[in-house]
Amino acid sequence: MEALACIKRVPDTGAKIPLTDDQQSIDTTTLGFTVSPHEECAVEEAVQQVETHGGSTTALTLGPEEASEQLYTAIARGADEGVLLEAGDEEWRPTATARAIADAIEELERKFDLLLFGNESADTENYQVGPRVANELDVPCVTGIKDLEVTDGSAVAKREVTGGSEVYEVPLPAVVAVKEGINSPRYPSMRSRMRAKRQELTRMDPERVDGPTFERIRLEAPETDEGAAEVLGEGPEAAPAVVDVLEDIGVL
Amino acid sequence: MTMVLALVEHEEGRLAETSQQALTLARDLADQEDAPLAAVVFEDDDEQVGFELASYGVTELYRVEHDRLDRYAPDARAATVHQLVDEHDPEAVVAPGSDRGHDVLGRAAARLGVPMAANCVEVTAGDGYEVTRHRWGGSLLEHARIDGSPALLSVAQHEVAAEEAEDGGSLTEHSFTPTLADSDLLVGIDRIEESDEEGVPLEEARVVVGGGRGVGGPEDYDKLEELADLLGGTVGASRAAVNEGWRPHDDQVGLTGAKISPDVYIACGISGAVQHMVGCKGAKNILAINTDPEAAIMENGEYAVVGDLHEVVPAITEAIREG
Amino acid sequence: MSSRELPSSAGTVIIGAGIVGNSLAYHLARMGRDDIVLMDKGPLPDPGGSTGHASNFLMPVEHSKEMTHLTRRSIEQYDEMDMFTNSGGIEVARTEERVEELKRRVQSAKAWGEAGELLTPEEVEEHVPYINTDLIKAGFYSEGAGTCDPLRAGEIMRERAEDSLTVSPNTEVLDLHVEDGSIAAVETDRGTVEADEVAIAAGLWSPKIAAMAGVDIPLTPAVHQLISVGPISFFEQFEGEINHPVVRDMDTQMYERPSGNDMEVGSYQHRPILWDVDEIMSIDEAPLSPTQPPLTEDAFQKSMEDSLELMPEVLDDPDAGIRYEIDGLLSVTPDGAPLLGPLQDVEGLWSVSAVWIKEAPAIGEAVAQWMTRGWSDIDLHASNVNRFYEYGTSRKFVKNRAHEGYQKIYGIVHPSEQWQSSRPLRTSAFYNRQDELDARFFEAGGWERPQWFWSNEDLVRTYNEELEGLLRANEWDSRWWSPIILGEHLHMRDHVAMIGDMGFGIFDFVGSDVADYMERMVVGRTDVDVGKTVYTPVLADNGGFVSDLTVARLGPEHYRVVTGGAVAGSDRAWFEGRIGDDEEVTLVDRSESLCTLGVWGPDAREVLQEVAEEDMSHEAFPPYTAQEITVGGVDAWAMRLSYVGELGWEIYAPMGQGQRLWDVVAEAGEEYDIRPVGMGVYGTTGRMEKGYRLFGHELELEYTPAEAGLTFHGVKDADFNGKEAYARAIEEDNAATLCTLSVDDHVSSEGERRFMLGNEPILDGEGEVIVDEEGRRSYVTSAGTGPTVGKHLLMAYLPPEHAEEGHSLQVEYMGEHYPVTVEVVGSRPLFDPKNERIRS
Repeated sequence: MEALACIKRVPDTGAKIPLTDDQQSIDTTTLGFTVSPHEECAVEEAVQQVETHGGSTTALTLGPEEASEQLYTAIARGADEGVLLEAGDEEWRPTATARAIADAIEELERKFDLLLFGNESADTENYQVGPRVANELDVPCVTGIKDLEVTDGSAVAKREVTGGSEVYEVPLPAVVAVKEGINSPRYPSMRSRMRAKRQELTRMDPERVDGPTFERIRLEAPETDEGAAEVLGEGPEAAPAVVDVLEDIGVL
Repeated sequence: MTMVLALVEHEEGRLAETSQQALTLARDLADQEDAPLAAVVFEDDDEQVGFELASYGVTELYRVEHDRLDRYAPDARAATVHQLVDEHDPEAVVAPGSDRGHDVLGRAAARLGVPMAANCVEVTAGDGYEVTRHRWGGSLLEHARIDGSPALLSVAQHEVAAEEAEDGGSLTEHSFTPTLADSDLLVGIDRIEESDEEGVPLEEARVVVGGGRGVGGPEDYDKLEELADLLGGTVGASRAAVNEGWRPHDDQVGLTGAKISPDVYIACGISGAVQHMVGCKGAKNILAINTDPEAAIMENGEYAVVGDLHEVVPAITEAIREG
Repeated sequence: MSSRELPSSAGTVIIGAGIVGNSLAYHLARMGRDDIVLMDKGPLPDPGGSTGHASNFLMPVEHSKEMTHLTRRSIEQYDEMDMFTNSGGIEVARTEERVEELKRRVQSAKAWGEAGELLTPEEVEEHVPYINTDLIKAGFYSEGAGTCDPLRAGEIMRERAEDSLTVSPNTEVLDLHVEDGSIAAVETDRGTVEADEVAIAAGLWSPKIAAMAGVDIPLTPAVHQLISVGPISFFEQFEGEINHPVVRDMDTQMYERPSGNDMEVGSYQHRPILWDVDEIMSIDEAPLSPTQPPLTEDAFQKSMEDSLELMPEVLDDPDAGIRYEIDGLLSVTPDGAPLLGPLQDVEGLWSVSAVWIKEAPAIGEAVAQWMTRGWSDIDLHASNVNRFYEYGTSRKFVKNRAHEGYQKIYGIVHPSEQWQSSRPLRTSAFYNRQDELDARFFEAGGWERPQWFWSNEDLVRTYNEELEGLLRANEWDSRWWSPIILGEHLHMRDHVAMIGDMGFGIFDFVGSDVADYMERMVVGRTDVDVGKTVYTPVLADNGGFVSDLTVARLGPEHYRVVTGGAVAGSDRAWFEGRIGDDEEVTLVDRSESLCTLGVWGPDAREVLQEVAEEDMSHEAFPPYTAQEITVGGVDAWAMRLSYVGELGWEIYAPMGQGQRLWDVVAEAGEEYDIRPVGMGVYGTTGRMEKGYRLFGHELELEYTPAEAGLTFHGVKDADFNGKEAYARAIEEDNAATLCTLSVDDHVSSEGERRFMLGNEPILDGEGEVIVDEEGRRSYVTSAGTGPTVGKHLLMAYLPPEHAEEGHSLQVEYMGEHYPVTVEVVGSRPLFDPKNERIRS
């Protein structure tokens, strides 16, 4: 089985996200980079499926040159190869990203059975790249998946809902957009980390085709109330208030 | 005639709360455009929903009727939206920022070849739309201009307060039968599985009750177990408690243990060391129970109870039982 | 204990609730302070500083006595709180050079009273079964080493101090208020606290806080890379947090520290990565914590390879992943030592910064002692924050030195090793002349001082015969040394030498109360005639040494204090801090405005008389007096005394006229073959032959003047600091007495002549380290060759049973024992015992 896991390089942020002075982007001077948690799971899922069914895993990203770091990490986590769509520093909208990924998949002339995406990226949260790629390639797509089983030529995917899960069965090849919790991503071993760095990446130069406009004006860090915890009370007397909160959250 | 079209979800005739919120924003947009507010419903199981939609200011309701639409099939819904757009040329299509809302709207955006703005909290009509939307789970706001025909917008959950229209008007129901291809029905729910919460792994649990050094010993975890069981959840522990030998390492939440993402993490007697917080930052809500109001976890969490967990936890358990 | 309400005033405010802030709070409370506020910008128990990401192991054996004793005392404290696990620790050597260094570790362990032994690779493997023995040549086993939990220890300390302490986390300091040169209040985002005393224990944020009061704490944040790898199946069979010794892989500058089923791999191998404090993330912005930015991966590559190679069995476990990886930020100072004590210029403001978790409990205790009674049980002079005063606090200097010093953290550092960066920084008026003569400059207190002159190389040939047996063939022994020093020494004894600028601290004290003040400060009687000089100890209340220096009376209300350059900053703080509020005493620091030229040797009077307008005869200018003189038109001031045991003067002149002074004296001395000589003579060979003591070596808080043989002043009537303890020490029998020893046989088992450099343990005939009744161990406080007496000399404190002239003992050096003989008990000079030369 051939699995593709698409990932996105994003800053590793804390509770408060620093912005550049022009408010156009995140000030990453002191921040590290990672991939969205959903996508870490996508890589892990691809690797696990390949471990079960044989084949190979390809990790793909669209981003700046530095995104090669995230590909190396994916390789250290068990992916067999990495593909970097060199897109420069600018943010690409989902339309252009999906188009470029679909083009790359065709250009690679690889028959991927499983195309794994994160349900949404941690930074922009657009929820679109997976479905748009599926649309471009004309393959079925399931989203929000937290359990995946691949059998001969098809996949059984589950999406969590209150009180249980919805089960989808789709033929392969298919796009599967996964959510954190589908698995526990492994930590790369020291040896695999070292090995990964020596791996050659496939580099491609994607064509950027933007759809109708979506234009960012600025970013803004919302006001947060310091020490945000709402104190529900002191001692056992707080119990009824706690029950109300648990009901609001929907776990009661 | 142009319109704002809202996708709504309802269950047994009641609109989902997130759909009420989406409708509130959609109505605001319709008011700005001086356009009618239309809604589309797929679940064709109850007559009542029309009344509630009317109370939110919906004047046109499209009931989707199709003999192959007996189950949730996102591509079929996207195809329906596509056809409604072709037919009615709405200015905007608004959906709740729910799993299904995004599932359908994303596909519709792909089919229509238009941009979509997810998790909006505010939209202003003008030259296109100026939207304010969430990024980073709401840690950042993005102000952007979306210029689609139509503009596809999802509404961030629990950010816009649901409000009924001031003057409830009349609503016209339309029946709409889309043309669906086999491929539109390829993806759909085959069955629903009841969840079996017994022995849920920490990473998958919807409720985690965590205990730290404040628990004081292995036996007092019983109180936490009891609460966790009642909520269909699992017990976790801080590294300090694991190092004390009170809980097995498998229970450890944190940097070198499990990374959890429950709906609620009830942290009992846990101070909130950085290494621990990394493991539970995926929790949607943190409820901290601690004697020290200045403990880090009290600052980091959403809710806090100041008090001794040995008294507070049994009180909560009892309150739930009585509830 | 925790409270959102900040009190409006407090006796002591401690800024920073890392391990050292907590320790200081606890010990201050224990010592009776009952009005303490401990605040931190971050939350508790981990406010986000270095304490939260320390690897938490304590290796007690270091070459520094101060650091070893602080670590030992910290282990005792952690242990008493049940926060210490005695895992042991092993430093491994991959190279022969490191094996020698490990032998030196054994030597230091013995000298400072720690367990320590050399292991073969096989013996290392017995302790650490997963180590690759092919790579290592030896190990140094520190049985006393172990691990601790500093965050929990901090909590316990806060709990114990509860009754005296208000803890205020999440409290950001916005400003420090200073009034009339004293700290007045701490302004925070939760209100302002008036305070008598403020201690800055804010780790790498300390400079930022200090700047609010206009003072400097010279440190820089620097990266220490750390990863944690697990779960490792090998460790699963063991219970508890740690079951195998921590390994320091010295030659790769790394360590491997087991923690549960994980192995923490830390590195100082990578290129130094220094941060600016303003670049550090806020608590809110940090994914982990402000001091745990992400690992700079490329810098860690080599470390990854090296550690895998050393411990493949555990680190190459296929199931073990890198679970945690950071560029841990910690504080690095220009010389690697902590920054402790009262800050110059703002009274009541203290620094407790750049402290590692291995020393923190003891440093908290020692600084608490210092704050409450003026001196600490463990001498902290090498960590005095004021040692960089006036020269070493610029951002550039701190960065340069931190960059250079980073490689020394696990390096093999020669005791005389010189810094390379930021030089020359402080140059005297003689610098250009000295440089023209090919001086080999060493640095002290920032000053460039010639150690020897290559231009004097001919003297080695001149004194060929006298130097036989005193030349050093071994590279280590002769590193940072030259036989020219011995030639210069002999030339000075035979003819005359000039020594340009010793880098002294020169402080003038004036005012109507100055006579009483000075009398109170020092042991010697200072109520002397104008023109007299007094060499005297300065004591703490316990009778231990704070300094030794010369006081000259320039006028009825005018004294001049001359002290060693390296201690000038701390001495100034000591004197300044003891001027009473109502006392009419003003201190003027003249260190930078006066230069000093020493002219010594049998021909010194002839040389000076040629150029001085005044009568320099014995009668007109007696020994131990001072006068104003004019030398070749330069208005100067001179003291007739000598640290090298010769007739001669120290001449003080305005810096701007220094070069002229040099030229005039050099020209006048030409016919006597006057030679400029270096600090090698002044600081070592000359004084060793004369038995002169050096502060920081022989003289420190742990020994009294009686033991050091410096009681020639007797006990004066007037009160002075440490008088009671001093008088008692004179009454009592010495538990140890400072002696001068000589090495009888230098030849090692390899047939090489070896020369001790200092800090070696002194052993009895059986090879056991000598310990006095107070538990203090005998070690070499100073070592140096005496060319005139033809011997290599050592100074050491010996208990009475060994303090006998002619007694035979041994010294351990680089793993071997060498026979030594006690030459002198007490301070009698070995050369010219009656000081006839000085008095001639």
